Amino acid sequence: MKKLFSSYEAIVFLAIVILGAIITAVNPNFLSLENILDLLKSYSFVGILAIGVLFVLVSGGIDISFTATATVAMYVMAVIVNNYGGNMFTAFLIASVVGALLGMFNALLLHYFKIHSIIITIATLNIYYGLLTVFSGGKWIYSLPVWFREFAQLRVFTISNPTGGEYGLSIITVIWLALLLMAWIILRFTLIGRGIYALGGNPVSAKRVGFNILQLQLFVYGFMGWLAGIAGVVLTLLVQSVAPNSIVGKELDVLAAVVLGGASLIGGVGTLGGTVLGVLLIATMNNGMTLMRIPAFWYDVFIGLIIVISVSASAIQYKKKKSQKIAIEVE
Amino acid sequence: MKRALSDNLILVLVLLGIIALMAGLNGVQFFSARNFQSMAFQMPELGILAMAMMITMLTAGINLSIIASANLTSIVIALLLSHFLGSQMSEAGSPGIVLLAIATGLLVSLLIGMLNGFLVSILEVSPILATLGTMILVKGVAIVLTKGYVISGFPPLIIYLGNGSLFGIPMPMVIFALCAVLLTIVLSQTCFGESIYMLGSNETASHYSGINNRKILMKTYLISGLLSGIAAIVMMSRFNSAKADYGESYLLMTVLAAVLGGTSAAGGFGKVSGLVVALLILQVVSNGLNLLRVNNFLTIAIWGFILILVMVVNYLSKEYQKMRWRA
Repeated sequence: MKKLFSSYEAIVFLAIVILGAIITAVNPNFLSLENILDLLKSYSFVGILAIGVLFVLVSGGIDISFTATATVAMYVMAVIVNNYGGNMFTAFLIASVVGALLGMFNALLLHYFKIHSIIITIATLNIYYGLLTVFSGGKWIYSLPVWFREFAQLRVFTISNPTGGEYGLSIITVIWLALLLMAWIILRFTLIGRGIYALGGNPVSAKRVGFNILQLQLFVYGFMGWLAGIAGVVLTLLVQSVAPNSIVGKELDVLAAVVLGGASLIGGVGTLGGTVLGVLLIATMNNGMTLMRIPAFWYDVFIGLIIVISVSASAIQYKKKKSQKIAIEVE
Repeated sequence: MKRALSDNLILVLVLLGIIALMAGLNGVQFFSARNFQSMAFQMPELGILAMAMMITMLTAGINLSIIASANLTSIVIALLLSHFLGSQMSEAGSPGIVLLAIATGLLVSLLIGMLNGFLVSILEVSPILATLGTMILVKGVAIVLTKGYVISGFPPLIIYLGNGSLFGIPMPMVIFALCAVLLTIVLSQTCFGESIYMLGSNETASHYSGINNRKILMKTYLISGLLSGIAAIVMMSRFNSAKADYGESYLLMTVLAAVLGGTSAAGGFGKVSGLVVALLILQVVSNGLNLLRVNNFLTIAIWGFILILVMVVNYLSKEYQKMRWRA
């Protein structure tokens, strides 16, 4: 347990606990199982994207094209499923393939032309999003197959609340948790995972140790794209419609969540535990404002303040650590 | 020096090629005085914002908060005006009050720049994260101040700054040209400018050669903030309104313009002249495509392609030079 949470993550955890306590004091509904399960369901989309962003940040890069990737993947998925039929498995498969390919395109440009990853992904964001909107005519897709709606309502367990409504652990949350487990295993126990940390920590030494940089980058950006594809399907499950313009523009919000969780843009640093905490902090914040009836226009001020404070705190901590000793931090 | 020249040469050739292409596709319409006039009104706001972005990129940083600061600046100016002038805001208003409001707005933009500078230089937060935080924070403050509403209808003096002309030259263009000339002088003629490039190429080396890195970074973000404040005045005048989320699509465009103009995201390289040519390219492309009635989103995609193309060409030409140098 001690190893799972570094001191920074403990602070984020503490922040969530304190915030949760304040919200509960104002509105006890916050701690109800129904609210928490609901929160975990609606933040699965951000949570899944955050895993991918963490991988990219750890490898020393940055990706902001993932919202466009997710949009393209979910749109292609919806069109194919609507026209040719299929099932949940093919839906995920289509989105996965589209997402992974678009992600890997970033890696190829990055590797062969040595372009800064923020520039590449700004360019591909515009290309993917622009072309999708042109080809789709910006039209929303409202009608989705029946099985698509049925899958979204699946629950691992169901509880009835006093007013007669039902809630439970949604299959969507389970998808997020499964992906988290998978990502944890990759980062912690596989050569690829160690390679990603090595690449982010010092690309030159990673190469000298014998890691294949191209393969690592293809994996990292492909994985990000794959997760974006999955997240696209998850969002479609959540809202039961596909809008070409619903998520592009939110890429910095996801980045903010991962950064709140302690990942840094220096590369080689960042843990899944922290990322989950970052997403949970934002979820708590957002939900708490609704429950405490704080006008929504205060939201950005609070999130902005939290980000400024947290990046300052971790920068100060990093400076202290650097002056004490040089250490490579891994999960 | 030679490298900068050859980089700009490629850009100028691209510009000429694109002008020829657009002229060929659009015919006389493209060369009409009205068309050039409309381009001259559109380019400056993006151009000034792009300079605000570029100067931070020279130090290997970035400033994501420029659009948010511009919006907050114009909102502060608008709120002050409506406070002092009341319902007659759009009619007259003494120049004193208008100038005071503008000065206060610019002060706000400087304060935001100072906050960024503090985070980046003193606390050593990475610029993307620091300005990501201030972007959201500043936008939040703007939303709280306006509750998300639009403030519109400004005094003639403000309207003149974005829509009037001076000796036939559109005012926004005059402001843009002034900023560009001043920034060129600062970057190429002053010790501070030289330090920016040195800091951007190698932070450690510049530290050991006696440059006060912190001071340079702080000044850089202050200038960046001020430029976004100036852009704010042009924007609020052209839209005749102020709102918390105007111009958000400009953010990526400013990075695009800077990179297209030869500014390296890794810091240390980039000139205002390159940026200006890049802005002209972007403007001609978007204007030409607009005349052809090309879908706006296709234009966005084309910008993405151009960005990648330019980066690839730059990379290949550098590799080619390296090869020749070896031979």
